[in-house]
Formats: sequence, C-alpha cells, structure tokens
Amino acid sequence: MTEIKEMARKIRMDIIEMLTMAKSGHPGGSLSAADIMAVLFFDEMRLDPANKDWSERDRFVLSKGHAAPVYYAALANKGFFPREELLKLRKTGHFLQGHPDMRKVPGVDMSTGSLGHGISAAGGMALAGKIDKKSFRVYSLLGDGEMAEGLVWEAAMAASHYKLDNLVAILDYNGLQIDGACEEVMKSSPLDDKWRAFGWNVLEIDGHDLKEIKEALEKAKNFKGKPTIIIAKTIKGKGVSFMENQAGWHGNAPSSEQAELALAELKGGELG
Amino acid sequence: MTKSEEKVIKIATRDAYGKALVKLGGENTDIVVLDADLSKSTKTADFNKVYPERFFNMGIAEQNLIGFSAGLAAVGKIPFASTFAIFAAGRAFEQIRNSVAYPKLNVKIAVTHAGISVGEDGGSHQAIEDLALMRAIPNMTVLVPADAVETDQIIRAAAEYQGPVYIRMGRLAVPVLFDDTKYSFAIGKANIIREGKDVAIIANGLMVAEALKAAEELKEQGIESTVVNCASLKPLDEETIINAAKLTGAVVTAEEHSIIGGLGSAVAEVLSENIPVPLRRVGVKDTFGESGNPEELLKKYGLTAQEIVIAVREVIKQKK
Repeated sequence: MTEIKEMARKIRMDIIEMLTMAKSGHPGGSLSAADIMAVLFFDEMRLDPANKDWSERDRFVLSKGHAAPVYYAALANKGFFPREELLKLRKTGHFLQGHPDMRKVPGVDMSTGSLGHGISAAGGMALAGKIDKKSFRVYSLLGDGEMAEGLVWEAAMAASHYKLDNLVAILDYNGLQIDGACEEVMKSSPLDDKWRAFGWNVLEIDGHDLKEIKEALEKAKNFKGKPTIIIAKTIKGKGVSFMENQAGWHGNAPSSEQAELALAELKGGELG
Repeated sequence: MTKSEEKVIKIATRDAYGKALVKLGGENTDIVVLDADLSKSTKTADFNKVYPERFFNMGIAEQNLIGFSAGLAAVGKIPFASTFAIFAAGRAFEQIRNSVAYPKLNVKIAVTHAGISVGEDGGSHQAIEDLALMRAIPNMTVLVPADAVETDQIIRAAAEYQGPVYIRMGRLAVPVLFDDTKYSFAIGKANIIREGKDVAIIANGLMVAEALKAAEELKEQGIESTVVNCASLKPLDEETIINAAKLTGAVVTAEEHSIIGGLGSAVAEVLSENIPVPLRRVGVKDTFGESGNPEELLKKYGLTAQEIVIAVREVIKQKK
C-alpha cells in the first residue's frame, strides 16, 4: 500500500502542476478522487499501456468528466502517454482536452464531460461484456453534484434490471458543487437508500482510506447479480489545506504562488 | 427505375426496417437492437422475436437508450437504437451529440414516426425539426428512405458504415417506388429517378412519391421535370444537385420536415454558393402539426404533389 500511497501523492502533485500551467480546470474534485484513482489504476484494474486497445481490459469511465486532471495524471503515470504532456493540458493543439476525449487521449475508454452520460455509457459497456460473456469489469467514477442528473437514475435502473454485476460505480462524495453544498443546491440524500432502492449493492467507505477502497472493490467483485456502488466519503480539495472543503476550488486553477504552497504541503504531508 | 403507377403497393418504411434488421441480425452477430418501450411501433419487435438475446428494452428512458448504445459501440457492438424521431433527436439530442457523435461511435439511431404523417397522436409527437438538429452535428450521417426498398438498402448501408448514422422513417404506409434489382442506394449519393429539362424537384422521404406524381401532372402541362431522390441528406451529393440546377435552371425541394434546416435548407446552401437559381421549398412552413388522419394532414400542411406543381409553376416563371 505504500506504493499506492506515494502514487496518490504523485497524482495530487501532478494535478496542481497541470492546473497551474493550464490556468483553468477543476482542482477540488480531482484532488478528492486521487486516492480512489490510485487504487483503481495501480492495483485494481487490468490494463496494458503497451496495448491500449486490448479487448479484455477493464474499462474506466469518468462520469464526472471535469475531474479530467486526476484521470490524466493516473494514465500518464501508468504509462499511457508521456508525463510531459500533462503540462499541456487545455492548450491549443495538444491532446489533453478539458474533458476526457477517447479519440484524442490514449487510454481513455469513453468521452465524457456532460454529467450523467458516463454512467450510462458504462452500463452499455458492461452489457456488452455480459452479451459476450467476457470477464472484463467496468468502473465509473461519479460526482455527488451529478446525482441531480436524471440520466444517472435511468442508467441505475437499467444496470440493475440487466443485473450488471460487472459494473462498479464509485461516488466521490465530497459534498460540494459549483454553487455550494450539494445539500443546499439540490438535496440528493439519502443516497445509500436511493441506490439501494434502484436495485444496487451499496457499500460505504472513507474515500481516502486506501485499504477501505481496495476492500470495497474486492467485495464488489464477489457480489453477484447486482451492480455495486461504492459511496466514498471524500474531502473536496483533499491534501491542500486551503482548498479542502471549499466550493470555490471546484473550477479555479491556483496561481503560481498558491501552487508552490500546495506542492510543499503535498510533498511533506501524510496522506491516505 | 420506378414502378408503374397502376399497381401501387404500399409499405411503411418502419415495416421494412423491422424486416431488414432481422435479415442483418442473422448475418452479423455484433448487431444489437435497443428500444424504449415502442418496439411494436418501431418494428424492432421483429428482431426481438428472432434474436431475443440481442434485444434490449431500455424502458421509457431515451437518454439512457442512447447512452447505453454508446457504451455498447465503444466495446465493438453495432447498436441500432430505436424510438420515435421526436424522442431521439429531441429528447436525447445532447446524448446523441456528446456520447455518440463527438466520439464518433458506431451507433445507428434508427427512428420511426417522423413528420406530420404520424397523424392522430398530434403535434407533440410529429418531429418536423429532427433533420435540422441531426444535420448540424459533426460526424453525423443523416439518411431518409423514400420507400420500403430503399429502407432495406439504407439499413444495410448503415450497418456496414463505421460511425454514427441517423435514419428517419415513417409510420404511414407509402408507395413502393423502386425495384430492388435495379435500384441502388449509397451514402453520399443522390439518385436521379426521372429526367427532364425544365425543372429539378429534389425530394426525400414520402415526398419522393409526391414528386413523381407532380412530374406526371407537369408533363401533361408540357413541363419536363428532373426528380432527384436525396435520401442521403448528409453527406449531401452536391455534385448531383449542382448538375440538376445547371440542366434545369430552377429547383423545387420537397420534404416532410420544416423548411427550416432540412433538405430545403441544405439544397439552398449548395445552390446559393455554387449556382444561384430560382428555388421554392415545399415542406412544413415553420409550424407544429396537429391530430388528424395522416393523408388529410399531409394535404392540410401542403405536403402533396399539388403543392409541388404550384411551386414548380412559380419557380419556372422566375427563370431568366
């Protein structure tokens, strides 16, 4: 787990560096998902960066597409493309788009960005796996603000109807969205009961505890007949003190001074 | 190329779609079919009867119908997603735009019950702007069959083509115009189905039959018409359109769609940039439909051979 912990730290530092260079983007919801992404990409998923189109690979769909920085950092560190590319995020003529683009970014399985779309496409991928009796699994990371999208619930209903137990949704439950606290903008709680009512296996964990993340993914794998959602309680902006739990850091890039402070904290901090 | 007027057989394009799917399903096991609780109307139920393991009802959830189709295509399936035109192009527009067309996924959005000829269900269900919406999306191919024979060929062409396709079909039984042994559809090609020097009538969908009727009537008045079936709305066969305009010097378009954004607009764009000739657009005049008998509604909304004849007379007067 020490390696994963260091990878999560590396991913967080990459996020800060990328967004500082890009001068725009979404740090809060990228940092909150760093531990989940580190476990997924460096422990859980069967991937082959040398053969990115390997048909048996596990699929990942970033339904909360605005957290692209955490996805790109994971892919680059995994070896899907050179890390130098990270610093060209959102720049004209470079392939790292503001939101994931499967036709441009090596390793991206589905283009996302419009909320609710990702979990729906992930359902279709899992269904394809069932039709062909393949063993690959499909993972999709969602945001809690995204829970207000009707399409999320259409997809949830269909995934349980078709018993897609090869599908795992992970909810990055950081409690904040652009306009403020999710509970104030549009109350979506109780989410555990809602997903259970939609026919899903529901697990609740601390989304920054690597061991809990790993165990939950293992439980999901062994649970048959229903898709699983892992409701991962997280802290928006996790790892950078002045970004933590601040809705204002949803979609603003740090200045170079702020980045320096953030990187120093991340370098020295005890995470996960 | 066209069958004689005497023994008109009528088949709805949606019926031809159901049969085409069953045929293709046997040839290609990657084909899967999804519907949103309208399979008896869209005729995808035919496929479900033969290949239930490859048919998926998504319930009344059109956004998710498209989202799941995108995911299936991303893993190599060839999904045909069916519902009424209004619920695909309208309700699920942004899913089509962002989850299908933007990543250029191999999803076939095969819709039925397009246009005024939906009839009794009324204006809420009569898509008259779907082609405008679909045509504006990059990476999208837009096809509008005129009869059962062309539907069969279009469904096959769509399955063989790699990328998103929107196929617009109707509820109403329409005349079978073409002979399968002689007619040949290709994406990006328009078919000249009648030749004449005085005017070019460019039509698609059920208005092709009306265009042919109009051409007969015009002939009696001494006016010779070229009739172009423009089933491939996008990509558009600009060459054939320009040549028809050159030959005749006057163009009338005819479509069961708003005159804003559909075939009429597409042809106007090509003509105004290449060979500005007098043009009249027969179509729905920026208005919603209503409940009624389909044939009566087609008359009421000016989607008839008679309306084309009037437009031709006007446009010919404008010729230099």
